[in-house]
Amino acid sequence: MLTLLGIGWKNLKRDRVAQTLTFVLPIVFFSIFASVFGGRGDDPTPRVSIAVVDEDQSEFSRRVLEALGKESALRVRAAAPNAPALDRPGAERLVRNGDVPVAVVIPKGVGAGFEERGFAGSGTSIVLLADPSDPVAPQMVQGLLQKVTMTAAPDLMMQGGMKQFERYAGALTPEQRKSVDDWIPRLKADAGTPGSGATGGAPMSMPVQVIDVMRTDDRKGSLISFYAAGIGVMFLLFSAVGGAGGALLDEAESGTLERLLSTNIGMTGLLAGKWLFLMLIGTAQLTVMFLWGRVAFGLPLFSHIPGFVVMTVVTASAAAALGLVLATLARTRAQLSGFSTLLILTMSALGGSMFPRFLMSETMQKMGLITFNAWALDGYLKVFWRNAALWELWPQVLVLSVLAATFLGLARLLARRWELV
Amino acid sequence: MNILTVSGARKRYGSVQALDGASFELRTGELLALLGPNGAGKTTLIRAISGRVRLDGGEIRVFDQPVAAGRTPRVLGIVPQELAVYSLLTARENLEGFGRLHGLAGAELSKQVDWALERTGLADRASEPVKQFSGGMRRRLNIACGILHHPRIVLLDEPTVGVDPQSRDRIYVTLAELAAEGVSLLLTTHHLEEAEARCSRTVIIDHGRVIASGTLPELVDQTVGRHRLVTLRLNAPLATDQIPRLRVEIDPADARQVRARMTDVATDLPPLLDGIRAAGGAVDDVEVRGPSLQAVFIHLTGRELRE
Repeated sequence: MLTLLGIGWKNLKRDRVAQTLTFVLPIVFFSIFASVFGGRGDDPTPRVSIAVVDEDQSEFSRRVLEALGKESALRVRAAAPNAPALDRPGAERLVRNGDVPVAVVIPKGVGAGFEERGFAGSGTSIVLLADPSDPVAPQMVQGLLQKVTMTAAPDLMMQGGMKQFERYAGALTPEQRKSVDDWIPRLKADAGTPGSGATGGAPMSMPVQVIDVMRTDDRKGSLISFYAAGIGVMFLLFSAVGGAGGALLDEAESGTLERLLSTNIGMTGLLAGKWLFLMLIGTAQLTVMFLWGRVAFGLPLFSHIPGFVVMTVVTASAAAALGLVLATLARTRAQLSGFSTLLILTMSALGGSMFPRFLMSETMQKMGLITFNAWALDGYLKVFWRNAALWELWPQVLVLSVLAATFLGLARLLARRWELV
Repeated sequence: MNILTVSGARKRYGSVQALDGASFELRTGELLALLGPNGAGKTTLIRAISGRVRLDGGEIRVFDQPVAAGRTPRVLGIVPQELAVYSLLTARENLEGFGRLHGLAGAELSKQVDWALERTGLADRASEPVKQFSGGMRRRLNIACGILHHPRIVLLDEPTVGVDPQSRDRIYVTLAELAAEGVSLLLTTHHLEEAEARCSRTVIIDHGRVIASGTLPELVDQTVGRHRLVTLRLNAPLATDQIPRLRVEIDPADARQVRARMTDVATDLPPLLDGIRAAGGAVDDVEVRGPSLQAVFIHLTGRELRE
């Protein structure tokens, strides 16, 4: 038994790759995942981008929107310079295109109703135009709206409340009226300071109506498509790297690479053939995944075929090319396995395969864009969730195509080590 | 006619001088053995001829055309030391695949595949996956893939490693048939007796340089000389004082076995037998051996281990 322990220890001590896989890789993963899912010191909260539309143009609406703008958890998307203020259709477009998850619309009459009656039955609700693919943002904005309506206009709320009181309980005496009139300016001065406002009273709240602008008929099925794409892309990378890397390194080891290179095909032809094969396999793999999603979970595949085909082909092309880069970079199977696992899991975590990017901190969302997964998933989301037209996929198609071409060029350059020594 | 000429080939990998001015030539229809200890530069030389090694100096010409680095001349057939075949494919599928990559198609491809299968004795197993093949069958398929496109020159890197005598024999029969058809073959091997028996000429390389080349008699003349080694097995060890007089060597492992070198066995052996008899000894057995390639090889490269 001790002899076996001794042999095992000596083997581990002399195998750098095994040491890295055993001790360093878990720490690297932990750090990446802690950053992605836990946030880091200076960037603890994901900021939600919102669009705002002021149809009311009242003192109340102006103050509420101003207060929303000061909230650290929100980023209010301003209209372009010299552009007219955002209207409701414009805001809805922003939500539908995925530029913001929520738009706050203050319809005409909200301010007047509030000043007249406070929270008690203003009759007109503030409207949230929401994209339900992000379930957190509308809830968060709704909560913040309640807060800012309390804190931004306590004087207006008081005025409305007193009017309501007088309507049902009779007019105030001149002394009471004077006292209230003295108090209201103080409330106005306190507006916006933390802890101010009528927060300790009866259960009062601003009515808010949430509208799903996606109007998705089959919301559950569309959400399934998001997970199908997330997991599909991650495993596409694993199979591309395993397939390409494994095949090329095996071929180098078994001598078939040498034999292939002695034929008419040459290294460029060989890499092109491998890439084409991996791309077709990747396309088939994603197709099987989505078909299973259709059969088992009702994923709306058949109503989105053109977008699915475009995204799947460009995604599989880029994944296959990345597989070739890693294969030509690695010297041994152990190197390939360790490095590619690290890279793929990191890209999948950052790129949203494991956890939606819109729920990550802002920095992480931006970092995610350097990954292949983020662009692929954004494309699938556009197809299945936003029902985007084919031409609207151009940013994703362009980025993935450029990535594929770059990876192929890099793989060709790195493959020179097999051609000549 | 020299269809392959290697002149002053030099190649260094870091601190190792793999080729240090190696020169030799391959003639039409010959089976040339390239011999050398491990690390002598044989595989580097084979790879350089196939255009896979960029030489630091010297030149390799095939049919009088210089071999460009990175481009394997089409007239070459390569049989690497590794079993370079796809084990999940059948023998026929392997041959068809490599044949297409060599530019064969249609009826010509089918004809060549059948020819290669027949030549290597694999015709009746053509439809079986290679993973079911024995080591010898895989070696033969490895050769079939290298000769499929009718190359004029075939380079074989240890083509008979790890195979049984039957497969080895079949392989050499195939190579001899190819040579008879005018194909020139260059093979590396550590089986010196095979090289001696099967190859028409031998090139011995060591430390990246060709240290001898020629037919076996030429090599013998250049090195150990044409004496015969006579080994006598006696019924009892000779008395020590008799040994210098008889001019024999005692086998250190067996005192009853003595050896003597003779230029002319018919003249020199009878006096030795008489001398032994006179010394009271009796001879049980006599073995006469001519100079072998093994002796030449050891003479040229020494007995020291290289690795």
